[in-house]
Amino acid sequence: MKDAFGIPQSLLVLGGTSEIALATARRLVARRTRTVWLAGRPSPALDAAAEQLRGLGAEVRTVAFDALDPESHEAALGKVFAEGDVDLVLLAFGILGDQAHDEREPLNAVRVAQTNYTGAVSAGLVSARALQAQGHGSLVVLSSVAGERARRANFIYGSSKAGLDAFAQGLGDALHGTGVHVMVVRPGFVRSRMTAGMEEAPLATTPEAVATAIELGLRRRSETVWVPGALRVVMSAVRHLPRTLFRRLPV
Amino acid sequence: MSADTDWGPVTGWGRTAPTAARLIRPRTYEEAALAVRECGARGGIARGLGRAYGDAAQNAGGAVLDMTALDRVHAVDVAGGTVLCDAGVSLHRLMELLLPLGWFVPVTPGTRYVTVGGAIGADIHGKNHHVSGSFARHVAALELLTADGQVRTVTPGTPLFDATAGGMGLTGVILTATLRLQPVETALMSVDTERAADLDDLMARLTATDHRYRYSVAWIDLLARGRATGRAVLTRGDHAPLDALPARSRARRAPLAFRTSRLPAAPDLVPDGLLGRTTVGLFNELWYRKSPRLSRGRLQRISTFFHPLDGVPHWNRIYGRGGFVQYQFVVGEGREEALRRIVRRISDHRCPSFLAVLKRFGEADPGWLSFPLPGWTLALDIPAGLPGLGAFLDELDEEVAEAGGRVYLAKDARLRPELLAAMYPRLDDFRALRAELDPHGVFVSDLARRLTL
Repeated sequence: MKDAFGIPQSLLVLGGTSEIALATARRLVARRTRTVWLAGRPSPALDAAAEQLRGLGAEVRTVAFDALDPESHEAALGKVFAEGDVDLVLLAFGILGDQAHDEREPLNAVRVAQTNYTGAVSAGLVSARALQAQGHGSLVVLSSVAGERARRANFIYGSSKAGLDAFAQGLGDALHGTGVHVMVVRPGFVRSRMTAGMEEAPLATTPEAVATAIELGLRRRSETVWVPGALRVVMSAVRHLPRTLFRRLPV
Repeated sequence: MSADTDWGPVTGWGRTAPTAARLIRPRTYEEAALAVRECGARGGIARGLGRAYGDAAQNAGGAVLDMTALDRVHAVDVAGGTVLCDAGVSLHRLMELLLPLGWFVPVTPGTRYVTVGGAIGADIHGKNHHVSGSFARHVAALELLTADGQVRTVTPGTPLFDATAGGMGLTGVILTATLRLQPVETALMSVDTERAADLDDLMARLTATDHRYRYSVAWIDLLARGRATGRAVLTRGDHAPLDALPARSRARRAPLAFRTSRLPAAPDLVPDGLLGRTTVGLFNELWYRKSPRLSRGRLQRISTFFHPLDGVPHWNRIYGRGGFVQYQFVVGEGREEALRRIVRRISDHRCPSFLAVLKRFGEADPGWLSFPLPGWTLALDIPAGLPGLGAFLDELDEEVAEAGGRVYLAKDARLRPELLAAMYPRLDDFRALRAELDPHGVFVSDLARRLTL
């Protein structure tokens, strides 16, 4: 069960090697979380992540999960929920792709869309149903500012996150009053493996800062969290820029 | 006819951590038994008037039995001073009914809006704990609907009684109870008020003269710092005898009339953070200064003396949507150093708490999970949104456990489960009895899940 501050005792991470997810898990384990499920494609990185969290005192188990294989989601996640209540599901998987390359290789672009959007639709719905049956829990969805308005420089990724974001908002409304809380997290540029070697955007942040914002959002039972918080204002302005102007923005 | 059923989110009085449950409102014992039989895989828990601060009367995904429709008073023995009533009867109703007959409830907490079932389940205490003990000490018998569908008559001195008193509803659904009452001559209180300049002064006064009063409590200013740390206002008293009432007054003509007053309810949309350090600091300063340095024998209504907050319906809304946490712990006699340390830490942390009370408990009560221990108990409310509060309270828990103390389950919404066994040494007995009485875990609450009770 979550405590009065929204901190879970059990956590399921979808995308168990995500740096943001692991930073969040470390934070939550330091507070209350005792049981952690890391769902992801079996890999040494997944095992290493599990080992790291075990070192912090959590009971960690890994489960094979592939966002690109929605048919398997029901079975893979059903197994986790059958073992006991999950207080927090952190939907953290996603890939950035390579915009220039993916524009030439449509099948690669589709992979980005399938991972970030359709995979999340499937895993999100499966998780939501299980959470609804237990009458409590939070579903935290890692979206991105890139989904707020698709930019020339990464509109394939951006559009997939836009779809995910809209889906998660709708799911949150659908679950309102069921005891299940859905929180959409929109980080800006996060310095991590995913963005290594890329030119940093303004208001860049870190996985740890995102984790802090998630903990705060859980306490406040927020529905939307921007990281850093200033992006809420910035993006609200960016959203209303005329297209001609927006196209010429250097970011 | 089946009981009214409704599905929706439920919270405790602190309005934190809502979870959804099927709310069932049985109107007969048969409907209650049926609800227990059919509560499904996620079990059920009885709920009264929802005054437990945390998640004691919540059951995510399962059934919550709202017992307030079972509210009949079956028999009052006016000569002997006992009452037999349904568990859903509130203490407010009992006062309305019994005061004109010259009887008062044996123990009342800071609100009259609790049910008899809840009072036993949480084994509540009041300002008279040092004299009268907890609520369950005044229960002559109760009827308990257990997981097997049986209704058992449970009497004090049996393991089932001791598990049920303070058992947070996890042994079954209390249907009725027979209570022993307190005789009174009037419906007024004779109250002495005095100020204490700091915590040591306060403890000295409570230790020296508590035995002279049936009721005793101190409001403590936890925002005061430096030499004033722990400054307090003591209010102590007893039921006023008839001859204490002024002749030819309205009170004298109807000495047993139960009078209350109510202000408008607190609005639902209060911004979070209204009760910050500044506002609460100001309130505490005024409250301390407006209290008389010393006054004796002032007459007060029962509602004013015991239940000042009941005058504002839904007062819990003043903390805004974020809700609040109530932290209550007890440390034993001789552990005054721990109490001093904790009070200092709270004051250093600047917890904006305006409802903090300190009280001296008497003998411990027989309930296995009953809260009181002979010693000192401090209760405070804190807005749940205060940054770093979770970690801070965890540190206080360590101090409390270290000193052999415990926190109060009826108020808890955040205790670390690992500390529970140290705080409640009879926990294993409780678990063993539950495993035998309710092997399929029919009775379960969010509190029970969170702390693996």
